[in-house]
Amino acid sequence: MLSQKHLLGIKDLTREDLELIFQTADQFKEVINRPIKKVPSLRDITIANVFFENSTRTKLSFELAEKRLSADVINFSSSGSSVKKGETLLDTVNNILSMKVDMIVMRHSSPGAPHFLAKHIDATILNAGDGTHEHPTQAILDSYSIREKLGTVEGKKVVIVGDILHSRVALSNIFALQKLGAEVMVCGPHTLIPKYIKDLGVIVEHDLMKALKWCDVANMLRIQMERQLVKNFPSVREYSQNFGLTKEILESLDKEIVVMHPGPINRGVEITSDVADAENAIILDQVENGVATRMAALYLLAGKKDV
Amino acid sequence: MAKVSILQSQLLDITISRLSQQLIENHGDFSNTVIIGLQQGGIILSERIKKRIFELAKVEVPLGQLDITFHRDDFRRGQSILTPSKTDIPFLVEDMNVILIDDVVFTGRSIRSALDAMMAFGRPRKVELLCLVDRKYSRDLPIEPTYVGKVVNSIQSQYIQAEWKEEGHQEDNLWLINQ
Repeated sequence: MLSQKHLLGIKDLTREDLELIFQTADQFKEVINRPIKKVPSLRDITIANVFFENSTRTKLSFELAEKRLSADVINFSSSGSSVKKGETLLDTVNNILSMKVDMIVMRHSSPGAPHFLAKHIDATILNAGDGTHEHPTQAILDSYSIREKLGTVEGKKVVIVGDILHSRVALSNIFALQKLGAEVMVCGPHTLIPKYIKDLGVIVEHDLMKALKWCDVANMLRIQMERQLVKNFPSVREYSQNFGLTKEILESLDKEIVVMHPGPINRGVEITSDVADAENAIILDQVENGVATRMAALYLLAGKKDV
Repeated sequence: MAKVSILQSQLLDITISRLSQQLIENHGDFSNTVIIGLQQGGIILSERIKKRIFELAKVEVPLGQLDITFHRDDFRRGQSILTPSKTDIPFLVEDMNVILIDDVVFTGRSIRSALDAMMAFGRPRKVELLCLVDRKYSRDLPIEPTYVGKVVNSIQSQYIQAEWKEEGHQEDNLWLINQ
């Protein structure tokens, strides 16, 4: 049984919670590879996907996970809704809940928005990304993919490369990897590494080659142009020359490392096309595992609530 | 906690032989038949039955294992969530004769879930149910096993516990336990 009623962030979860989600996801991965990819577990549950910010992968992945579990699904996106007319977050969600919705999957540009909601409503909330704060299901699927590829996360060395400052994926990943016993390094230009990140117990490195020589897994993050209010590096070209992963760099290492990317990829910026499509890149496995792990999280959270 | 032995090593072995003989009698060369053991109680029993059929009739019957956790009808009904076990069915059951195997049939709800779960692997021609212990007079659903090792009359507060050598026990044993 999970220790939490909501999935707001990895910070609130225990290692046992994460392992339970992985163990459950193993079985859901088998389910989604069957001829009939559906189980009836959540057939009496209605889930609202409330997206106040753009999303392709996460929204599709959640929706597919919900449908594979036989839940009824409604989708809401802020564009073209009454939010534009000045309705508050709480009013919007309470209106959705009046339609007898049991769970809310929410993405919002403000850090802490799902935490605020959790304090005011009864429904179970899953955070699908809150601003630059957390993106727990992405971290769960990332750790799950590492566990699948390398057998375990414990003791592995993982470097997160790129825009750490604006990345909710980075923060959730740091929490998840550390809870599971991995060593974490962050790597990027000085301007994209938060000042006090060392307080989280991570190693900071500004030289990509040194980072890659150290690690077993490299998680290459996307440069989040939409969140950068000031220019944090002179040009995309310069960033990619210093922190872009190319096939030549990979081949110059004396070992094989696992390459990950949470998507969407800016091909030629964080990683080149040949790296994205290489054998040791598990980017598409991450997407498949996203559905299985989200099914596990939804199933375990739904099961906590008595009818 | 009082417990009574229902079946023990030698008698249990004889029962498994009898059940296997009955299957051979009804399924011949098993050319269109598969066995599916239900997690978790039916797995060891299904492996024993497969092995015994091979010893008696020299036929390898395809064997799969099915977990019913996601198909249970008591999810969100106050019970704690069960951790799912492995499902491994390396064949399609489309147009096959399926023998479902579980250690104990009690309310029949697990078997209903199993029938539901199995349909994800195709539409079988015929489904039979084999169990080691049939707890009579306790059914919630109209489900009856086709092959029964032993019929036991029991009350709600009792339960059956199986001990197998494969799990590290000294000998096989089936207990009826008073809670």
